[in-house]
Amino acid sequence: MSTAIKWYWFASPQTFYPLAGRIALACAVGAALLAAAGLYVGFFVAPTDAQQGDAYRIIFIHVAAAWMSMFLYVVMAFWAAIGLAFNTRLSAMMASAIAPTGAMFTFVALWTGALWGRPTWGAYWVWDARLTSELILLFLYLGFMALQAAIDDRRRADRAGALLAIVGVVNVPIIYYSVQWWNTLHQGASVSLTRSPSMAAAMLTGMILMALAFWLYSIAAALARVRCIIRERE
Amino acid sequence: MIAAIRCVLRRDLLLALRRPSDVATALLFFIIVASLFPLGVGAEPNQLRAIAPGVIWVSALLSSMLSLARLFAVDHADGTLEQMLLGAAPLGAVAAAKVFAHWLVAGLPLVAIAPVIALQYDMPVPLYGTLALSLLLGTPVLSFIGAIGAALTLGLRGGGVLLALLVLPLYVPVLIFGAGSVDMAAAGLSALGQLQLLAALLVVSAAFAPWAIAAALRISTE
Repeated sequence: MSTAIKWYWFASPQTFYPLAGRIALACAVGAALLAAAGLYVGFFVAPTDAQQGDAYRIIFIHVAAAWMSMFLYVVMAFWAAIGLAFNTRLSAMMASAIAPTGAMFTFVALWTGALWGRPTWGAYWVWDARLTSELILLFLYLGFMALQAAIDDRRRADRAGALLAIVGVVNVPIIYYSVQWWNTLHQGASVSLTRSPSMAAAMLTGMILMALAFWLYSIAAALARVRCIIRERE
Repeated sequence: MIAAIRCVLRRDLLLALRRPSDVATALLFFIIVASLFPLGVGAEPNQLRAIAPGVIWVSALLSSMLSLARLFAVDHADGTLEQMLLGAAPLGAVAAAKVFAHWLVAGLPLVAIAPVIALQYDMPVPLYGTLALSLLLGTPVLSFIGAIGAALTLGLRGGGVLLALLVLPLYVPVLIFGAGSVDMAAAGLSALGQLQLLAALLVVSAAFAPWAIAAALRISTE
């Protein structure tokens, strides 16, 4: 019972505001420490890859960013759906606070992927299934943000964005499989992304550390942004 | 409910019939866009034959999207939409009827005119059937998905460009399966798989999109 009361208590923007500040600070510090450790492991401890040389080291940022980009869209749609179903102001604010971070990670994943692809595949961009669906994911994020920015009425912006996010999240698997399928049909410059399964332990540690750092960064950035939104609206 | 659907269908078709230029504009746009590609990429017949399905499908996508901007705008401006929202008939059914009417005046003509474009691109005649069938199954999906975007962007500034940004990424599967089916047929394989996937998309979008459109209309008009 007491937990239930706490949930409702913190669902109010006023009471959530100071809590969000404390969590955001803690997560930001944690993200900085983990990122420092992850980058150290990635650049100095992890061995050089036998086939790809030192160019592979970008995956420490790339893989974690790609994970977050996809995961954050689902989180955003989740909060949007909660906001639409229960008409809670804070959930809708969370959805709009997460969108820019998700879009940023999608862009980072595409950008680092291009930088990795040049020395490894010999091209900045290939129409690989994963690259294409990541690009479409970026368009979905930008569409969500553009729709919210175009609507002056906050309530309507929240609800319209929520509906779009839900439609988008239903479509993401369909888009992903259709693109994958399209790519196998047009078998041309496609290069397999799958590396040898035996990954050095240090590489895995670096990747996990970076993934955790990006997790904490996402939480910190979303909460910092939701604090701005609360200030703006309440 | 059936009466309401028939009434909306009849009304929208009658409105389109009274203003045939609106219908003609979207069709003309389709033809012009498809005719621009050879001017851009060159008139080499083999190349044209290779890009024909993709070009025709992308043109259909753009043409369907352009005409969607007007789907609810006029009714919104003269207050008809509010009456539909207040009326006893379920809004989802009314929305589905409007989408179907839109497809009849904007999607079906594309299916009919596509073989002429295919002729321009020197596409082999046996592929016409697959092309027409894929458009027949795919363009209603475009209307259904696009109507969600049209309802969300109702009355917003820069609505047309915003609609494109929202809707075009969601059109990707239809484009892939639609153009893919013709490509498969061109390669001498069976296009049945892609056509069945298009039919599946049609069934799913026809089942769920009306609810999403109704919810979007309520959000936009409250």
